[in-house]
Amino acid sequence: MLGHVVAQKTYFLIFGALLLLTALTTSVAFVDLGQWNTIVALTIACCKATLVVLFFMHLRWSTRLIRAVLLSALLWLAILIGLTTTDFVSRDWTPVPQTWESSMLQLPDRSGDFVPPSSAFPK
Amino acid sequence: MADHHAASALAHQFEDLEQQHEAASLGIWVFLATEVMFFGGLFAGYTIYRHLYLPGFVEGSHLLNVTLGAINTGVLICSSLTMALAVRAAQLGKRNALVTFLILTLALGLAFILTKLTFEWRHDYLEGLAPGLNFTFAGPHAKSVELFFCFYFLMTGVHAVHMVVGLGILMVLLVLAWKGHFGPARYNAVEAAGLYWHFVDIVWIFLFPLLYLIGGRY
Repeated sequence: MLGHVVAQKTYFLIFGALLLLTALTTSVAFVDLGQWNTIVALTIACCKATLVVLFFMHLRWSTRLIRAVLLSALLWLAILIGLTTTDFVSRDWTPVPQTWESSMLQLPDRSGDFVPPSSAFPK
Repeated sequence: MADHHAASALAHQFEDLEQQHEAASLGIWVFLATEVMFFGGLFAGYTIYRHLYLPGFVEGSHLLNVTLGAINTGVLICSSLTMALAVRAAQLGKRNALVTFLILTLALGLAFILTKLTFEWRHDYLEGLAPGLNFTFAGPHAKSVELFFCFYFLMTGVHAVHMVVGLGILMVLLVLAWKGHFGPARYNAVEAAGLYWHFVDIVWIFLFPLLYLIGGRY
């Protein structure tokens, strides 16, 4: 037999867990947890994704080569999101020399509204 | 007959069926890694702009229908279950079960797309929430809300395109399965389609909280 045949019961258990977690994430959104709402929602999403990858996508029974491919995907995703956010977060940590200021893209005030790029240039 | 079937399932460049199966899985996993990067760019952009214009993003998110979003998440999870069962049926050589589960997966995928199209996107468009086409939302954060809806339509749209591609693949598989093309020695195509389908499900698992549940609903 090629590949691992997973017991039907396992699939139904994972399915039940995924539905429960969906109900949980939806109901938690109606409770005020402040900053934690986002963290809880993303944690639940990560749990669901892990269940899908391990059982529905058979990673639990797959070879190390395939696991390495998934890990590399996650590593590159972490670099993509990690470096992008650290750039944005750290932009105003260091002073910008006067002569550069006019050519720098200024980040808007957080409370301000979004200014679409087209209106930044005269037509 | 069984030997003949197994022999014809093996392409000549592979040593044995085991190696062929491993190569097929590896190929689709590498493709999914590139897909992670494809969606990753959207998620990174979303993260930055949500951080910069949070009030507008919260306002925009609250204009979406959480109930429909949650139901559609459930529909997609159901379709993942039927897809996993379809792969299992192919592994065990159960033709009728394979055909049934493929049809169920197709139906659930179609239900997801139709819900999105007729109840959500159409509704958003008529409500004046479609940037570039019909955007009439007014308020102190109108531009940020418009930006949120740009991300909303782009991310759910690209996700839906993936679903449509998946539905096309499922239809081809359905015809092949009907003809009895798949069996324990030859089910790599079903497994590859399954991996793709589950990946698209995972993308939605992240899109749902990020788009529908920002800033809580209390």
